[in-house]
Amino acid sequence: MTGSVGEIEAPGIPPVPAGVAPDAVRGRSPWYLAWVRLRRNRVALGFGVLFIAIVLVCLAAPLWADHVAHTGPDANHITDKVLVDGQEEYVVSPDGTPIGPGLHGRYLLGADQNGRDVMVRLLYGGRTSIFIGVAAALVTTVLAVLVGLLCGYYRGWIDAILSRIMDVVWAFPVLLLGIALGTTLALGGLKIGGLAISGDSVWIPIMIIGLVYVPYMARPIRGEILALREKEFVEAAVAQGKGPIRIMVSELLPNVISTIIVFFTLNIANNMLLESSLSFLGAGVRPPSASWGTMIADGYQNIYTAPHLTIVPGAMIVLTVLSLNVFGDGLRDALDPRAKIRLEH
Amino acid sequence: MLRFAVRRLIGMAAVLFAISVIVFLIFNVIPNSDPAQRIAGKNANPALIARVRADLGLDQSIVTQYLTMMKRIFTGTLTSYASSQNVGEQIWKGLPATLSLCIGAAVLWMALAVVFGYLSAVHAGKFTDRTLTILALVGISVPVFWLAAILLYYLSFKAQIFPTSSYVPLTKNPGQWAYHLVLPWITLAVLFVGFYSRVLRSNMLDVMNEDYVRTARAKGISERQIRIKHVLRNSMIPIITLFGLDFGAVVGGGAILTETVFNINGVGLYAGQAIGSLDLPPLMGVTMFGAFFIVLFNTVVDVLYAFLDPRIRLGEAAPA
Repeated sequence: MTGSVGEIEAPGIPPVPAGVAPDAVRGRSPWYLAWVRLRRNRVALGFGVLFIAIVLVCLAAPLWADHVAHTGPDANHITDKVLVDGQEEYVVSPDGTPIGPGLHGRYLLGADQNGRDVMVRLLYGGRTSIFIGVAAALVTTVLAVLVGLLCGYYRGWIDAILSRIMDVVWAFPVLLLGIALGTTLALGGLKIGGLAISGDSVWIPIMIIGLVYVPYMARPIRGEILALREKEFVEAAVAQGKGPIRIMVSELLPNVISTIIVFFTLNIANNMLLESSLSFLGAGVRPPSASWGTMIADGYQNIYTAPHLTIVPGAMIVLTVLSLNVFGDGLRDALDPRAKIRLEH
Repeated sequence: MLRFAVRRLIGMAAVLFAISVIVFLIFNVIPNSDPAQRIAGKNANPALIARVRADLGLDQSIVTQYLTMMKRIFTGTLTSYASSQNVGEQIWKGLPATLSLCIGAAVLWMALAVVFGYLSAVHAGKFTDRTLTILALVGISVPVFWLAAILLYYLSFKAQIFPTSSYVPLTKNPGQWAYHLVLPWITLAVLFVGFYSRVLRSNMLDVMNEDYVRTARAKGISERQIRIKHVLRNSMIPIITLFGLDFGAVVGGGAILTETVFNINGVGLYAGQAIGSLDLPPLMGVTMFGAFFIVLFNTVVDVLYAFLDPRIRLGEAAPA
């Protein structure tokens, strides 16, 4: 960012009219300009709000469970009856068909084959799905930034080794790697030093998903760092006697932060899709935890008799992932209008 | 050129070697996943486990086991632990179905992506562009297996327009082959149509600002000709790179979800079944097969890229 404020492309900000005292001109940071651009993109903002709303609703799951549905996400009600239009009906009819969606307070979105309230499970499952998406995105981001900084700053053999490792992960069939790790780790859990993760912990899918997407994010960051490293301000920092770590953290990192933010947002979306795929194939979230992916996997067995069990959680995935994708897209346009960051999958 | 090719080949071999070691370690080093224990069953006595272990050569050192497995892969004698079927043969048997699915889907996604991306770029900012952008974003946001399930439910079960799943070999009945594959093709293509049309759109918008486009316009060439001959053609180069990578990935295991839901007996479904029984040899075989495709197409793309874009010199290190 060189040049005065007036040169920076900033739609929506009128130029300073002649005759205005210089001290009336407010300094505008790149973040402020980005916010101005984002604010103009109503669609992106709308979807950003939608995502936050979905998160809040899922966080409020216990409220719905306790005060409206009066049941927990894992409570079975196979033999219960519920009032529908003044008539008592089985939650799960004797032939095994669960009740469908309808305005009957409890079982707003119907029940599943075990008589569990789909709405309650959906809210709790959403917590798991979104938590995995965000946590895995954090894992990916931390690792990718580390790899990108080290490769781009040190170059040479550090870059060569880390880049080759990235190549290997890149060439791995993502789903197969995820499934292989997911199935084996679920059997015995994971023990690294004093840290033990049990086989049914959600941290296993988080680690797997976080790991497989590292190259997709590390490569572009590395490229940016490689270019930034040649800039004069790095030379100036070296001349001031700053060490490599301080240069990486306080000189290089702030310059790639907008890339990181955009990738982080889009990465959550991709993670949620991968989580649902792994769970569908039985290599993701383990029971008793429910996620939208496992709900589809369960519901799909009965798709012909109870399609709502498949449709409802899938629709939630689409809605959440779409909101993140649209918001991330707008964020990219706002933060870096000329950026080449693209949706990876 | 020769040096480039040789270096890429060595790189390919190194990546494949690393992948084989990782897959092997995943199944052998992670605690509590002793294959002999798994194969012998839950209630097996120690003697049976020991016998299974000896039969499969699992009592030997890890290095020997790895070398034996690699030798079997290269000699085509790798057999499954669970069913004692030959892994190579099973993959070979699944290949026609997987290729039918992937090639058909690839044709569909490339054709649609070019049309949608082109329309989107030409009408940038207008209604067409906005609609296509939303559709594209929806396309990349839909879980593949869910889309498959929904299509099956509504179009096959409810409306009965399409048959419910399974695969008919091309040699048996070409009409039925295509008819049975329509839904799987659409399912697999949707994600890529969304993704590629977005990339093509932004590439085209970039290229439209290039000097040579202005020159072409100054020469009096019609706008349509400029768009197709100059803009679209040059915008396709990055798409072809992406296509190579994605096609490799889809053949190499990416189609597993589509194959599972539509019950297509391809390589992916074979891998899925092997995972269910934690059967290492088929998984090793399929992963190596998949990684081979991915690495192969990576290399092909690098070479192709140099041909399509003469500014890239083969002598220089390929972008890592």
